[in-house]
Amino acid sequence: MSAIETPNKPIHTAHGEGHGHHHDAGEIKLFGMWVYLMTDCILFACLFASYVVLKDATAGGVTGKDIFELPFVLVETFVLLFSSITSGLATVAMHRGDKAEVMKWLKFTFLLGAVFVGMEVYEFHHLIAEGHGPSHSAFLSAFFTLVGTHGLHVTAGLLWMLVLMHQINTRGLNDTNKSRLNLLALFWHFLDVVWICVFTVVYLMGVL
Amino acid sequence: MFGKLTLDAIPFHEPIIFYTVCVVAILGAAIVAAITYFKSWGYLWREWLTSVDHKKIGIMYIIVALVMLVRGFADAIMMRTHLAMSHGDNAGILPPEHYDQVFTAHGVIMLIFVAMPLISGLMNIVVPLQIGARDVAFPFLNSLSFWLFLAGVVLVNISLAVGEFAQTGWVAYPPLSGLQYSPGVGVDYYIWSIQISGLGSLLTGVNFVVTILKMRTPGMTLMKMPIFTWTAFCSNILICGAFPILTAALALLSLDRYLDFHFFTNELGGNPMMYVNLFWAWGHPEVYILILPAFGVFSEVAATFSRKPLFGYTSMVIATMAIAFLSFVVWLHHFFTMGSGANVNAFFGIATMIIAVPTGVKIFTWLFTMYRGRLEINSMTLYTLGFLITFSIGGMAGVLMAVPGADFLLHNSLFLVAHFHTVIIGGAVFGYLVGITYWFPKATGFKLNDKLGKYAFWFWIVGFYVAFSPMYVLGFMGMTRRLNHYDNPDWTIWMQIAVVGVALIAVGVAFIVAQLVVSFIQRKKNIDVTGDPWDGRTLEWSIPSPPPFYNFAVLPRGDKLDAFHEQKRGGLPAPSTVYEPIHMPKNTGMAVIMSAFATVLGFALIWHIWWLAIIGFVGAVATFIIRTYDYDIDFYVQPDEIARIEQAHLQKATQA
Repeated sequence: MSAIETPNKPIHTAHGEGHGHHHDAGEIKLFGMWVYLMTDCILFACLFASYVVLKDATAGGVTGKDIFELPFVLVETFVLLFSSITSGLATVAMHRGDKAEVMKWLKFTFLLGAVFVGMEVYEFHHLIAEGHGPSHSAFLSAFFTLVGTHGLHVTAGLLWMLVLMHQINTRGLNDTNKSRLNLLALFWHFLDVVWICVFTVVYLMGVL
Repeated sequence: MFGKLTLDAIPFHEPIIFYTVCVVAILGAAIVAAITYFKSWGYLWREWLTSVDHKKIGIMYIIVALVMLVRGFADAIMMRTHLAMSHGDNAGILPPEHYDQVFTAHGVIMLIFVAMPLISGLMNIVVPLQIGARDVAFPFLNSLSFWLFLAGVVLVNISLAVGEFAQTGWVAYPPLSGLQYSPGVGVDYYIWSIQISGLGSLLTGVNFVVTILKMRTPGMTLMKMPIFTWTAFCSNILICGAFPILTAALALLSLDRYLDFHFFTNELGGNPMMYVNLFWAWGHPEVYILILPAFGVFSEVAATFSRKPLFGYTSMVIATMAIAFLSFVVWLHHFFTMGSGANVNAFFGIATMIIAVPTGVKIFTWLFTMYRGRLEINSMTLYTLGFLITFSIGGMAGVLMAVPGADFLLHNSLFLVAHFHTVIIGGAVFGYLVGITYWFPKATGFKLNDKLGKYAFWFWIVGFYVAFSPMYVLGFMGMTRRLNHYDNPDWTIWMQIAVVGVALIAVGVAFIVAQLVVSFIQRKKNIDVTGDPWDGRTLEWSIPSPPPFYNFAVLPRGDKLDAFHEQKRGGLPAPSTVYEPIHMPKNTGMAVIMSAFATVLGFALIWHIWWLAIIGFVGAVATFIIRTYDYDIDFYVQPDEIARIEQAHLQKATQA
């Protein structure tokens, strides 16, 4: 919450302090983000379940083995994993209060995330051009939906990152922006974890 | 330019719909004119529409829900009237394609646009007050939840005037709801109205889980929370667990309909039963989302009006949690007939029967709470007694159908319809009506007229039994649900009895409306100056009615169960009168604007007006981003102002 506009330090607040546990607003938001991420987790669980049910429903068309290119996806995976590291470094810099460093690592994270999304778009475009678009079988529908939903999440994360970078740039590392950066980092790592599952369940198990 | 939208979409040729739309338009214009005449737009915008105060948001939820209740009930009247006539050569009052929309709309409206907002409304008003909080964890998100819900309401009501609603039943199973068999916009209205308001529900769920876990007053551990807060807590956990599944199921259905995907189609490997599984993996927890807060209301009312603490608080909490957990492992009992094999059906059958155990614990807990209490008979305790009997009957019908063998006969019959109306009306609806009556003085400052409330109760309960008992019989006689016309003369008499029941319930509804009107006119007479009209036990009664916007001038202690009762007995210290600055959120209209864009987005998607959909989507996202640039979102109430507000209340209380 904005400490800037408040002259006197309050004891009883609507949000957190004075509730006996000394939470600050940032901590409540962080917890809220965790709860939201768990609901997102369930959304992905449904898509994973649908994919697993439908992965053999290829309607005589291509299977995962025919279309997945593991080396390409491995590079994609490492790009996203590295973006998680750079996002972590941004958080470390934030705790040091080093704004320039935060901006630097956020730019790296954004770049890596954008490359990841770009690679995914390329993969999708390639598949559709080859005649393996989502409307050709239930398997392809489920594949495009699961991977695409993750991609949409990453894209939303990129938009968020862009906005936050602008806000840090113009308003500095104030409490609100710090708390937002924490939430974004959490979201970003979560997407990484989901991608590990996608990589395993969709690509690895599809090719093996 | 306008996608599928043409002038033909407006149903001039359907007299029933057309006249309804005209009446609604005239009423709407009259309300707008009245607000303009009394120059109330500014007041409405500043004090209500942009409010992030949980109490006001709660009141708005309940007002919208009651309006939608009237619409959903009008659908019920049409259905019962139609079926009482539509046998043999008589075609009834509704053409088949309209009748199918009516029963779909009835289900969707009653569950998503009446029951859900009644719960959200009650939780909004009560939970922060019960746990001694100044607001919910995320006030802006709370406002956004309400406005997203309203976007769904708007879409559902537009479907009446522009185009059509789904003809699929409220479950919208594919392949019937797929593009091949439902090429119109009805299913799209269904999808987007539920999807947008469902997002609101999900945000409410996250908000209240965090609120209850993080914002309790000092000393109030989890096992010291009032029981309504406990049931709301479990209900919100279920919302967080279940609503993403609905989002996923409807998203996949829309991909099938919009982008030619093949999740649930009959060809190219699609699997319609997967939708059915996903739908009920949400749908079963959903019915517990609806009923648990009602259980909480009955618990509060039983304890307050028996003048005793709730019997077996701990077992009540454990039973609530057990029901919440079990609700996720019974979804398959909605389609035993899928043919998943004896073992799978046996598992889900037994899991379903096990739910009767914690529910039975609850029934006995309420009975023992009243036993040897000084039960005060008013409309609320009457509903509670009616609930205990009705819900037990409905529960037993449910356990009967949990036997897969029996379910094969009763599946999709009127017996099922009778069963779930017994538990939903006798459980959830009665619970919400009691909740509204019980906390009405807290929210508005005056009590409801109890005499009219009692009349309403008697018409509701008698009407309910007259309307739904025949349906148990008809179910046994083999009548299936969603029939538009029938030829069996033995069924007619039961259908005619049922329509009498609906007429009785209509009188009950009329008494509720009369109760609201009369109580408002007599509000000076029924005024609640003390803030504690029922000799209540929990913290919401320790503050004025209606509470000041910051709720608690000084945070109370919550170290004991029934904390306010303990305060009155001297078991807990009364809060001091030394005030500190209070941190409060500022009002904002951003949620209203976002919701307006979301409505545009939904409407454009329904009618395939792609450019408009892009405007709606970009507008909603941009509004949210603009909101994040506003760092000045809160303020402090200074001690002198608190002292002034508290003093004014004290004066009013002593004068009376």
